[in-house]
Amino acid sequence: MKFLAYLVSGISLGSIYAIIALGYTMVYGIAKMLNFAHGDVIMVGGYISYIAASNLGLPPLISVLLAMAVCTVLGITIEALAYRPLRSAPKLAVLITAIGVSYFLQNSALLIFGANPKAYSPVVSGTLQLFGGQLSVSYVSLLTVACCIVIMVGLTLFTGRTRMGKAMRACSEDKGAAQLMGINVNRTISLTFAIGSALAAVAGALLCSFSPTLMPTTGSMPGIKAFTAAVFGGIGSIPGAFLGGILLGVIESLAKAYISTQLSNSIVFAVLIVILLVRPAGLLGKHTQEKV
Amino acid sequence: MKKLNLSKGARTDLLTYAGVILAFIVVSTLKNNGGLNRSQVGLLVPICCYIVMAVSLNLVVGILGDLSLGHAGFMSVGAFSGIITAMALAEAIPSAPLRLALAMVVGAVCAAIFGFLIGIPVLRLSGDYLAIVTLAFGEILKEIITCLLVGVDENGLHVIFNYNGAKNANDLNLAAGGRIIIKGAQGATGTQTIASFTAGFVLILITLIVVQNLIRSRQGRAIMAVRDNRIAAEAVGISITRYKMMAFVTSASLAGAAGALFGLNYSNLAAAKFDFNTSILVLVFVVLGGLGNIWGSIIATVVLYILPEALRGFANYRMLIYAVVLILVMLTTNNPIMKGYLASLREKLGKRSEKEANEA
Amino acid sequence: MTAGSLRVLNPQNVWGAETELNRDGFYPSLHTTLKPVTRVNYLPERDADKTPILECIDLGISFGGLKAVDNFNIALGRTEIAGLIGPNGAGKTTIFNLLTKVYQPTHGTILLDGKDIAYMTTEQVNRAGIARTFQNIRLFHNQTVIDNVLIGLHNEMHYTMAESVLRLPRYWKAEKIARERALEYLSLFHLEEHAEELAGSLPYGAQRRLEIARALATNPSLLLLDEPAAGMNPSETAELMENIVRIRDTFQIAILLIEHDMNLVMNICEGIAVLNFGRIIAKGSPDDIRSNPAVVEAYLGRKGAKKL
Repeated sequence: MKFLAYLVSGISLGSIYAIIALGYTMVYGIAKMLNFAHGDVIMVGGYISYIAASNLGLPPLISVLLAMAVCTVLGITIEALAYRPLRSAPKLAVLITAIGVSYFLQNSALLIFGANPKAYSPVVSGTLQLFGGQLSVSYVSLLTVACCIVIMVGLTLFTGRTRMGKAMRACSEDKGAAQLMGINVNRTISLTFAIGSALAAVAGALLCSFSPTLMPTTGSMPGIKAFTAAVFGGIGSIPGAFLGGILLGVIESLAKAYISTQLSNSIVFAVLIVILLVRPAGLLGKHTQEKV
Repeated sequence: MKKLNLSKGARTDLLTYAGVILAFIVVSTLKNNGGLNRSQVGLLVPICCYIVMAVSLNLVVGILGDLSLGHAGFMSVGAFSGIITAMALAEAIPSAPLRLALAMVVGAVCAAIFGFLIGIPVLRLSGDYLAIVTLAFGEILKEIITCLLVGVDENGLHVIFNYNGAKNANDLNLAAGGRIIIKGAQGATGTQTIASFTAGFVLILITLIVVQNLIRSRQGRAIMAVRDNRIAAEAVGISITRYKMMAFVTSASLAGAAGALFGLNYSNLAAAKFDFNTSILVLVFVVLGGLGNIWGSIIATVVLYILPEALRGFANYRMLIYAVVLILVMLTTNNPIMKGYLASLREKLGKRSEKEANEA
Repeated sequence: MTAGSLRVLNPQNVWGAETELNRDGFYPSLHTTLKPVTRVNYLPERDADKTPILECIDLGISFGGLKAVDNFNIALGRTEIAGLIGPNGAGKTTIFNLLTKVYQPTHGTILLDGKDIAYMTTEQVNRAGIARTFQNIRLFHNQTVIDNVLIGLHNEMHYTMAESVLRLPRYWKAEKIARERALEYLSLFHLEEHAEELAGSLPYGAQRRLEIARALATNPSLLLLDEPAAGMNPSETAELMENIVRIRDTFQIAILLIEHDMNLVMNICEGIAVLNFGRIIAKGSPDDIRSNPAVVEAYLGRKGAKKL
């Protein structure tokens, strides 16, 4: 029963990673860049929903929606100001810019909200008792898993069925060719950042409900882990990000419970390395060979 | 008169050595005459360490062309193995400079071993996958060192790998008079600070000799060939594995030596210091200094390391300013118009110096 | 510079009795286990009594279910210039990629100077004696012209990393000799004046010539040229033809080339293999090929062939 409890907490933690990873994988798929600022957008989402709920007294749902709106605008702005001018620049220049944006967001949050952790009140409270009270599952966990599944299915349908989704896939494959086919590449990339950032806001609210401390650096480790999850599953692949996120959460939770709390991140990363050694493109990724 | 005929590359190398030596002379004169205040003197050794870090990372990122986000991990290995060496030999070798030198050698060797281990998966990956794996390795090393308890007494070294947090320093069972060297998450405590600016300068020189001489040799050309066109490099008989590994291990060992110097500069040092933010800090030095450009790395390190200190007057805003500067520098240097302007400027300067050389 | 001075550079390439001994002493079991091959190959008379430098026996590769190359059999004389022709997509470059182990063959054997290269990597194959150029030029664009050739000379220099870091005498000596040799290779292709320019800044034709110089620098016994005349004007092509023959005469090596310029192929190749849909449809001397109906059909289609 204990094992089941760890598993459940792993799955719900994994769902948060998966939501972030879904955003990350979409952004990576189209912009082909390690967006180090993604984790900090999560943090911003957390702060906005915190302010909305505790200072303005808005209901949780409204505060999360507000956070999504703010993060969407933030994501589009970051892309337009910092990344768009560098579209033809070397990859490393974009990476450093992303790091700069990440520092900027963290330090802005530090100035505005201070270094002291904020106590975040979960978006939903209470727990569900199962098996006569032997297994308790918080409603936040259930909500997280549900959100994650809805988002995954939604994104799959969006990229597979809609016009904009197809444009996105076209851009991620070949921007030049997409442009020649009459696709507005800039708008498509903006939209991708908007979706990714909105997902980050959702993840921010859920993450803070899950572990209720909010600091300017709250987003950086989950951001890295989510990227790890995306790589795990095969970057650019939506089901891959979902699978990678869940696996990562479960491994982390079980490692913490049975092996070592101090080494839980190491174990997660070690599994990542082993997986990449066996499958260099991740679990569901496609391996492409350079044509000679 | 016999004209000294040097290639452009060799001339740059010599100018780099000259610049470093000159800077050392100026700074030490200032230091000895009281021209630097205490906090400025305190920056000298870390700057030396970060210069070595940046130059060695440039070997991987600029010369080999692989993105590594775990360079701080090697620094960490070097730091803690160096601290253990220096502290354990405190009685055996009374001479501090000798102990420091030995600690740096041990740090370099340990980091090289880890570089080799990490190199094995690195060889199979490329691009962002490689970046994330090196980042992962850096974090793993950090957590492993956080779990270490090390002490020394007359019976030798006592090491506990405290993976579940159940043990503490008392479990080392040190005899009376024994010293605790590394205390888990607290890191190294009570280290004798034997690092010196002169040692930093020597280490920079050694690093420059290793990296610059390596670049202008058959090995260096092979490494750059792997970067520029892997398939063509293989087709002319260059072993990708061998040269990737060579660059990676050399870079790791230099970072290890820098780490040892860094570790012996502070009486207290936690493993958390060497997280991925440190790796990124060094990467920023390398990218802003120019990929593959050794003297660029040195200058970028000095400027960017001093910048936040110089901005202390702005108190809380300094990191914000740093971030903005970083973004703006990237945006302007990669702006096509600015790039064209810089290229034409460089051409003009090049022509002028050529003309002068011809006239001379 | 005369041709004679270059010959001294490559003593291994001057074919001699030593190699013959090697061939029989090496892998003795190999020759007994191999299927007997029907040799319908034409070898130039001067090479006929010696081991072929290259033999492909039933070589093939499939991607998924598609047989990109199938049942490819050829033998190449030690100083032969041979051509591989065929319509686009016939599998010519794939064969080069198989020979250099960029792709692993799914079946068949490649014998280089009588030795099986099955377990070699691309880089080992080069050291064993196959050098190549690429259809889409693969130079080290950001390095100077001479550095490109020096990279080709990589395995001809033998100093260690310690020697280069400490700048020991062996480093200086090897670098000096290598630089001289690199300039000799460049002068073969009239590139010595551009030695210090960036390879990427050379005009297209010069880049192709540099790629050949770099390949030659690796001291091969077999040179594979993938469309060497592509993008060249007629006078450049004429010069290239002379060059190819001169390389063979000077270095005494075999050259296998893929080319669409029929004038070049018919003029300098002694043996030609025609490929279509991954299979050899004709093999022989230029005269045989010219009159072969299957070849005409492959190039012009059945209707076109009828019209002729």
